[in-house]
Amino acid sequence: MVEIRFHGRGGQGAFTAARLLGVAVTLFENRHALAFPSFGPERRGSPVLGFIRIDDRKIADRSSITRCNVVVVLDDTLLDAQVFSGLQAGGLLLVNTACNELPLSIPDHVRTVIVDATALARQYLGRPLANTAMLGALSALSEVVTLQSLLAAVRQEMKGSSAEKNALLLEETYKTLGGQWQ
Amino acid sequence: MMPAQKVFLSGNEAVAAGVRLARPHVIAAYPITPQTTVIERLAEMVEDESLKAEYLHVESEHSALSACIGASAVGARTFTATSSQGLLYMAECLHYASGGRFPVVMMNANRSLALPWNIYGDQRDSLSLLDCGWIQVYAEDAQESLDLIIQAYAIAEHPDVLTPMMINLDGFVITHTYELVSLPSQEDVDAFLPPFLTTNKMDLDHPMSLAFTAGPAYNQAFKQLQHQAVVSASKIICEVEERFGQRFGRNYPGLLETLYCEDAEFILVTLGSVAGTVRPVVEKLRSLGERVGLVRIRYMRPFPDTEIRNALAGAKAVGVLEKDISFGYEGTVFTNVNSALMRAKVQPPRLLNFVGGLGGKDISAEDIEQLFLRLKRPDDGETVVFI
Repeated sequence: MVEIRFHGRGGQGAFTAARLLGVAVTLFENRHALAFPSFGPERRGSPVLGFIRIDDRKIADRSSITRCNVVVVLDDTLLDAQVFSGLQAGGLLLVNTACNELPLSIPDHVRTVIVDATALARQYLGRPLANTAMLGALSALSEVVTLQSLLAAVRQEMKGSSAEKNALLLEETYKTLGGQWQ
Repeated sequence: MMPAQKVFLSGNEAVAAGVRLARPHVIAAYPITPQTTVIERLAEMVEDESLKAEYLHVESEHSALSACIGASAVGARTFTATSSQGLLYMAECLHYASGGRFPVVMMNANRSLALPWNIYGDQRDSLSLLDCGWIQVYAEDAQESLDLIIQAYAIAEHPDVLTPMMINLDGFVITHTYELVSLPSQEDVDAFLPPFLTTNKMDLDHPMSLAFTAGPAYNQAFKQLQHQAVVSASKIICEVEERFGQRFGRNYPGLLETLYCEDAEFILVTLGSVAGTVRPVVEKLRSLGERVGLVRIRYMRPFPDTEIRNALAGAKAVGVLEKDISFGYEGTVFTNVNSALMRAKVQPPRLLNFVGGLGGKDISAEDIEQLFLRLKRPDDGETVVFI
């Protein structure tokens, strides 16, 4: 079982990232997933969370995700001690930021990776929407999902030029983070 | 069987997909969180003509169900969906639909009731309306939700039943969670669910009186027939599930589901999505040698009283976990389970009522383990325990 939490602001696609990851692992890797947003009213700009549980077997437990293996932060103005909440030893903290250092003291048990996904998104989408880029980074840095499954998910869930631009953004972020092109 | 399509859907989207496959003639609904995305998807389907139905924009839930009753009274297949305060606003129409024997199918997103106002999940909305004459079923996941919508029309429209049916999904936890769902083909659903044919309708060729008055001399006779219809639905539900399993390859266990109850000493009884949190806990405790079990009630009406007795009679202690409280007494599910056990010919097990999850309060796997520990402890005189 892998549990992942996405931190973003309303409109940045934190839950869409969780849902796309769910499409990738269920429809293209024959695994199971439960993807859900932080429940409640949706407001543009307010802090929101997206969650996903992934397993090889059907997942029965729908209680809140309190422990996680990966935390993805889409917006560096959300960086505070909360992002470490429940992050397990050996867990991955993946942060979208243009800064070289994080304004946080990182616990020893956490592996942190910084990526300027917004800059890549501006380059390939023409918009500062970094959620699919962060999935590319996740694929490069972990065993959670393959790039191929993510590309298939994006092409299924998005339409026309948006699908192709996001697919390119995914690939380029994947390569930027050292993912090996297969 | 035509190949089913694998899709990644939310519970609400699965309900909408099921409704489309069931081909209703009329949909009338008013939006309310967390039901809204069901009727948004249905409105899109009607707009793009992938669902050929009359979609009625009404000004309230009272009107939504009234419109469905009217449409059903001319022989149309109907669907509505609501939640919480919206369900309560329908309350008088719920009795009109069941008393008139109109097989309306409704999805209810289980949500708490004000005050304090809250949009999150508990089951006080539908359980407080257990006596309205509707068949009530509780889903555990999106697949079961979709399958129940298709089965619901076959059950509700059966000539021996002719009773409206409410399919309950835990708000947000099922309605807004995305998961893998197998979407049956239209051809298979058409073969499973033929068009709605009824004689209980306004018909110029066969004029009859509908939705009439019945005084003291006759009124109770109608109520007795209504009661018999819901009781007889138990048999029809099992028949429909068997036919569903043969066609779609997914088998459902009838009014309730049991897990390891054959030799269990300590059993949790619950309903809805929290059963999913209980399952891995039961597996874990079983692997440690603990004789624990789970009963998941699927149908609250008709109530599985014989099945409850069979599953629980041999246990030492039973906990009923529900997201409901009847203030001043105990949870309604507990009352129903207790009543079924009173008719057992053996000394019933010790019974505890765990009330939790009100207003969306999380119930974790650790909480469930604590409940089993509590069942093993000696009786301390308490019956209703808030968790």
